[in-house]
Amino acid sequence: MNGATLFDTQFALQIMPALLRAAVYTVGITIAGFALALVGGLVLALLRRSRSRLLSWPATGVIEFVRSTPLLIQLYFLFYVMPEFGLTLSALAAGTLGIALHYACYVAEVVRAGLNAVPRGQWEAASALSMSPWDVYRNIVLPQAIRPIVPALGNYLVAMFKDTPVLSAITVVELMLQAKNIGSQSFRYVEPITLAGLFFLIISIFVSLLVRKLEARLRLP
Amino acid sequence: MTELFPLLLEGTLVTIRITCLAALLAAALALLAATAKMSTLRALRWIANIYIELFRGTSLMVQLFWLFFVLPLPPFNVSLTPYTVAVLGLGLNIGAYGAEVMRGALLSVPRGQIEAAIALSMAPLDRFFGIVLPQALANAIGPATNLLIELLKGSSLVSLITLADLTFRANQLVETTFRSAEIFSIALVIYFVLAQAINLSMHLLERRLNRGVMKVSV
Repeated sequence: MNGATLFDTQFALQIMPALLRAAVYTVGITIAGFALALVGGLVLALLRRSRSRLLSWPATGVIEFVRSTPLLIQLYFLFYVMPEFGLTLSALAAGTLGIALHYACYVAEVVRAGLNAVPRGQWEAASALSMSPWDVYRNIVLPQAIRPIVPALGNYLVAMFKDTPVLSAITVVELMLQAKNIGSQSFRYVEPITLAGLFFLIISIFVSLLVRKLEARLRLP
Repeated sequence: MTELFPLLLEGTLVTIRITCLAALLAAALALLAATAKMSTLRALRWIANIYIELFRGTSLMVQLFWLFFVLPLPPFNVSLTPYTVAVLGLGLNIGAYGAEVMRGALLSVPRGQIEAAIALSMAPLDRFFGIVLPQALANAIGPATNLLIELLKGSSLVSLITLADLTFRANQLVETTFRSAEIFSIALVIYFVLAQAINLSMHLLERRLNRGVMKVSV
């Protein structure tokens, strides 16, 4: 192999299918993780806003702790420590759950800001109409709370996608690890790692555009 | 449990050192890129945009791996120590995010301040460093604190390029003692304490920067 070439296109094409597969896999992890993070974030936000300190303090503690410690060690914890407590997860499950939990805490803060921004009068009007708490949240509060936080949530979706390479540390073969594996098999790192970077760039920009479109569609006239 | 601490402490010191050095690099890059992006020269704006988009769009880990695995190979032949890669990678990455924060902060300085400085016939550099930048920095503290915590958390990834930081030491200890629950818990707590230290020192810095600023806005 010619070592002097900057970028071997033929080799790049040859490894493309494997990298594309890994990219699709990575996107899948991101989508599943983000769906979990949205649900978890909503629950954590509601708990943190709860009037009962028994609920709000632990939620606050979890959110602050998870947000200020590295995802990598959280994943190690899920994957290597939890089995001692009887919870054995596959690398993929631990990785998806870990990244979802990490981002759920970010989502919770965003959702909380959105909920706090809903004017008090809306709550009062809803309870004056004797709507049930469930109806108040579902039909009155959440629709108004979610619209303004879509851009922030979109940013976290992109951030989460860019954090998926951390999952490689617990042996999930996502895009980055696939690139590294190809590199160590062929002794050529330039093409796989550069291509992996390129994939991240393209997908991040694409998702950012998508989020911007969604934002425009959700904007009230 | 006490026999675990010397190694973890050693790792913690490496983590702190890398985080501080990368933060300095990131702050300098953020300021450079932000001013370049606001420049009247199109070429400078382009360079700043490419830097910001490239480092924000690709993942930190890809950047670290690229610097570590690709750069020493034939076309580039630049071999960096893991330590340099760590500081450079983290600095470049956080600097790109910081550039956007810095730009917002610079733009938030009221136009009247710049006009007043011009009216006092201050030199452009004096105007920037004496009037605009101090106010911009005070505005940037909040988002900058978040970025510093991201930087601290991101620094754990350097363990994957063989640098003996806190995460690396924790892993090493787990491999030899098998006491994973204890060790990873201690590591998490150390990171949490470091993050709180960042919060506290940035809060103190904010107070220092806002000294002499009127509390009531005009």
